[in-house]
Amino acid sequence: MSMDTELPQKRLTLHEWLTTETPASRRQARVSAWYRSWLAFRSNPMAMFGLGILLALIFIALFAPLLAPQSPFTQDLGARLSPPGKGGYILGSDSLGRDILSRLIYGSRITLYIVSMVALMAPIVGLFVGTAAGYLGGWLDITLMRITDIFLAFPKLILALAFVSALGAGIENAVLAIVLTSWPPYARIARAETLTIRNADFIHAIKLQGAGALRIITRHIWPLCISSLVIRVTLDMAGIILTAAGLGFLGLGAQPPSPEWGAMISAGRKFILDHWWVATMPGLAIFIVSLAFNLLGDGLRDVLDPKKSSK
Amino acid sequence: MVTQNTTGKGWLKLSIPSWISGCGSVIFTVLITMVGLLFVTFIIGRVMPIDPVLSIVGESASRATYEAAYQELGLDKPLLVQFFIFLRDIAQGNFGESLLTARPVSQDLLRVFPATMELATMGTIVGVLLGVPLGVIAAVKRGSWIDHIARVVALVGYSMPVFWIGLIGLLILYGKLGWVGGPGRLDIFYVDIIPRVTGMILVDSLLAGDMVVFRNAISHIVLPAGLLAYYSLAYISRMTRSFMLEQLDQEYIITARVKGLSESAVIWRHAFGNVKVPLVTVIALSYAALLEGSVLTETIFSWPGIGSYITTALLSADMNAVLGGTVVVGLVFVCLNIFSDLLYKFFDPRAR
Amino acid sequence: MNILRKLLFSMAAVALFATAHSVCAKTPDNMLVIANRIDDINTLDPAQSFEFAGSDLIRNVYGKLVNFDPADLSKGYQPDLAESWTVSEDGKTITFKMRPGIKFHSGNPVMAKDAVFSLQRAVKLNKTPAFILTQFGFTADNADKAIKLIDDMTFSITTDKKYATSFVLNCLTSTIGAIIDSETVLAHVKDGDFGNDWLKTHSAGSGAYILVNWKPNESYTLKSNPDFYLGAPKMTKVIVRHIAESATQRLLLEKGDIDLARNLNPQDITGIKGNSDLSVYNDLRGRIMYISMNQKDPNLAKPKVVEALKYLIDYKGMQDSFLKGQYTIHQSFLPKTYLGEIDDTPYKFDVAKGKALLKEAGLADGFELKIIVREAQERIEIAQSVQNTFSQAGINVSIEVGTGKQTLAKYRAREHQIYVGAWGPDYPDPNTNAGTFAYNPDNSDEAKATGILAWRNSWFIPEMSKATLAAVQEGDRAKRAAMYQAIQRDHQQRAPFAIMFQKIEQTGQRSNVKGLNTGGAITAVSYWPITK
Repeated sequence: MSMDTELPQKRLTLHEWLTTETPASRRQARVSAWYRSWLAFRSNPMAMFGLGILLALIFIALFAPLLAPQSPFTQDLGARLSPPGKGGYILGSDSLGRDILSRLIYGSRITLYIVSMVALMAPIVGLFVGTAAGYLGGWLDITLMRITDIFLAFPKLILALAFVSALGAGIENAVLAIVLTSWPPYARIARAETLTIRNADFIHAIKLQGAGALRIITRHIWPLCISSLVIRVTLDMAGIILTAAGLGFLGLGAQPPSPEWGAMISAGRKFILDHWWVATMPGLAIFIVSLAFNLLGDGLRDVLDPKKSSK
Repeated sequence: MVTQNTTGKGWLKLSIPSWISGCGSVIFTVLITMVGLLFVTFIIGRVMPIDPVLSIVGESASRATYEAAYQELGLDKPLLVQFFIFLRDIAQGNFGESLLTARPVSQDLLRVFPATMELATMGTIVGVLLGVPLGVIAAVKRGSWIDHIARVVALVGYSMPVFWIGLIGLLILYGKLGWVGGPGRLDIFYVDIIPRVTGMILVDSLLAGDMVVFRNAISHIVLPAGLLAYYSLAYISRMTRSFMLEQLDQEYIITARVKGLSESAVIWRHAFGNVKVPLVTVIALSYAALLEGSVLTETIFSWPGIGSYITTALLSADMNAVLGGTVVVGLVFVCLNIFSDLLYKFFDPRAR
Repeated sequence: MNILRKLLFSMAAVALFATAHSVCAKTPDNMLVIANRIDDINTLDPAQSFEFAGSDLIRNVYGKLVNFDPADLSKGYQPDLAESWTVSEDGKTITFKMRPGIKFHSGNPVMAKDAVFSLQRAVKLNKTPAFILTQFGFTADNADKAIKLIDDMTFSITTDKKYATSFVLNCLTSTIGAIIDSETVLAHVKDGDFGNDWLKTHSAGSGAYILVNWKPNESYTLKSNPDFYLGAPKMTKVIVRHIAESATQRLLLEKGDIDLARNLNPQDITGIKGNSDLSVYNDLRGRIMYISMNQKDPNLAKPKVVEALKYLIDYKGMQDSFLKGQYTIHQSFLPKTYLGEIDDTPYKFDVAKGKALLKEAGLADGFELKIIVREAQERIEIAQSVQNTFSQAGINVSIEVGTGKQTLAKYRAREHQIYVGAWGPDYPDPNTNAGTFAYNPDNSDEAKATGILAWRNSWFIPEMSKATLAAVQEGDRAKRAAMYQAIQRDHQQRAPFAIMFQKIEQTGQRSNVKGLNTGGAITAVSYWPITK
């Protein structure tokens, strides 16, 4: 008899297990919450569209050598500035006869590299500063938050420009400069989260067991801050792309002959009157990718942050 | 700073002591932030891989000339002392001399800043005029097609690389169609015929009563300001919408509706009346963002403002100019931030 | 809702109002509007200015003792503020007589004291271009004696040795030879700076145009000088606006917003060729493009290899493809239009001949070479073409691209094998190039003669150096020209320099603009003869 009562449960489909109103374990509850969010997210066509583009971008970046029709650096001066479609250049060729499509494909690696580096580093810096300030409080809190405010008060792009010129132009330095200018909001978020958590009962309980501040922050506070940081990062990614492209455009980001999109626009600018495609194609690429990030971020916010939901 | 109270329940209620203490702490915050900002700028200037002495005396200078200039710049003193000298100079409006223009940076900044301000102001005005109504309508007609369109408009605005769309816009609207003026603030032959009063050509030409120049200036500013306006519109319309949504859910709105007030009175007088204050702070922030956004816009449109001043200086390693420009934009930024903070503190009941 | 409608309506009205302005803007008939890169101007002081855009401005604002006539540059220097001059027996002293009746923009008459002040000032200030004068032995200490006032309208200059008069006078036509209004400038001296600070941003000349203002990186404006001694210029106002991008300059030119576009790239020149409202003005400038071979390298030190490489360059192919219209083949170190120029082009692309010469040198199987080149489009393209043609004779070439600073540092340290270089003359006298391409009396590393191209390539030429020095001192113009021709023919044979091209500057202009002269190889632009 007892077997009978168990059987129907085992036959639960994955969908049913995930959407159950009565989760059997904490793990199931958490996974189930994620799954519901995913269902809500999936019903948002614009957000799904964004996600699709980004998955495609990652795929393109991963398999760039297989997908690109040519090397991004091979020059053919005889076929310079070929219009799209002519001579096998699907999106045309640039001033040195390099295939623009291939350069865009390889350039996606640079874009993804910059975005992921910044998206990893800036929130981590913010997390360190914010949780330390929030949990430890006192003078440390005041000092750290004052510093945060100072950085927050700076015009971002100009600060990044100044940093890059101090450090020297290049991708790594562009990443560093963007990180240095974009961590403060994360610090604020992390601090706010920490303040709400730090007086929770379970933290007191852990304290009584003799856990130190470091252990509490890293083991118990950090995990709880992650989700709000993730939302914020997703929303910021389009901005990161645009800043990086702007630096490249001004000649302070990736250096030639690297196929960075912003630098490609800058190079194509010289030929814009007669050879529109050289500058237009990378511009479209930047636009599409940053739009995708924005759509994804907008959708994620609707799902994960119901308070600010726009529906 | 504190403008007239439009919300009906305002700052008059504030008890005087808290107002004063609030002011004191605000001034303290401002000072700390500004000094911090100057310190960061100072450090950037010091870690620059460029030898400031060499750029003054030239490569062929003798050891003695070099040493003299080194001491004159105070580079032999401790870093902190140098910082105080830097602060003192800035307090006196002395940013040093620009290598590129061979003029005092402060003089250069006075020349270029009005151009940027003109651009950002026009952009903000248009952004507000379009963005606020769009946000209100999107909130009122939540979920309708107009709401969706507003959302798409905003997202596209957030995603557009300004230097690219500016280039394309210039090519099509000026190059192909001739609908707008070209790069620069005026057709070149109108340059310098209007006496300079504020440095903002739109204002100066009106003051001089010269409509020809005014129209020419408008035709030049339309495109760059329009682009900046699009950004500001995207931001302002989204924020307006969310503020309005919050208000429209409140009970007093329902009460007003029940009382039989007309829909437009409910929306504009009651709901919108209450979002004005946060909206002003949003506008202040977006204005600050436009000042910064001008860096790339100005490059495209050959607009002789502070953005192109800083970038040109950067590319030619003209450190005094870079630092001076950064400090000025930073200070304006801080002021706008603090202004919006203050507004919020004084008017928002929750923050008080 | 109503408010929105009103707003949208007024926005549309503003937009219409804005766009209603005349679509085809035309520059006024009496005004010359120019787009140019002028961000290199950082001073307007003639004793300090050493950049292209600055010399353009100064040529139109200041008179000089002797000057070039834009109507015919080939006549050489002509009397300008100096009416005449005499040379002493020993050839060391030149006495100038000033032209009477000329006034500075301030109204002060132009007198000998102004010329003396200007030249002494330039020597004593000792800014970058001062070497053009100090090479005649002037120093801050002897300037008062060497440059001497005789009476109101006469003065003399005395050099340390005998130099060709043409050499001295050619140097006086350069920017540093501008004659400054001494009274005006002396009124603005502070801390013994000779008025340098004031003159950086002001002018005190007697030329065809008066400076109205200069906004760095933005524009400068000139107005015509009604008292100009050659007649008031037709264009009463000249505005030069800094536009960095070629495409933007072209757009403005096509729209009629400017009359001249000075920095169009080959694409944009091709782009405007079909347009009947526009024309292209070609002017041969002084810039020389060359490849040099470091004689410290054992292979490159072999004369046969040097000769072989000169046959392995596709001069015509480059001229007719990516350099089209912008460079013309030229194989001697003096630019065309210079005193003593030669037109010989002994070298043509010839793989068989190159191979034969390499075989004679014992390198039939080829060898490895590295080219260093700075990151500039045309130079990289030249390096790539050379890489291709050298390889046809079995020479395996690698290209190292660096920033201007990096490659120049290597070049000056003599650490290169092959360098792709460009050289622009400093002043309009043959010695400016002869003194660097054909002069190297001390080839030791300790000499550190990094300013001399022959030294940079470790090419030791005591005999040719003597010939170059002799040419500088030859008083007779025709004889002097013949001496330079001989040096160049010798140079063409032996030198480790494969001189390839001379620059052609292309300026886009509206068809109604007449009388433009951008200065050729020897001077800067002249605005005063222009009419519309």
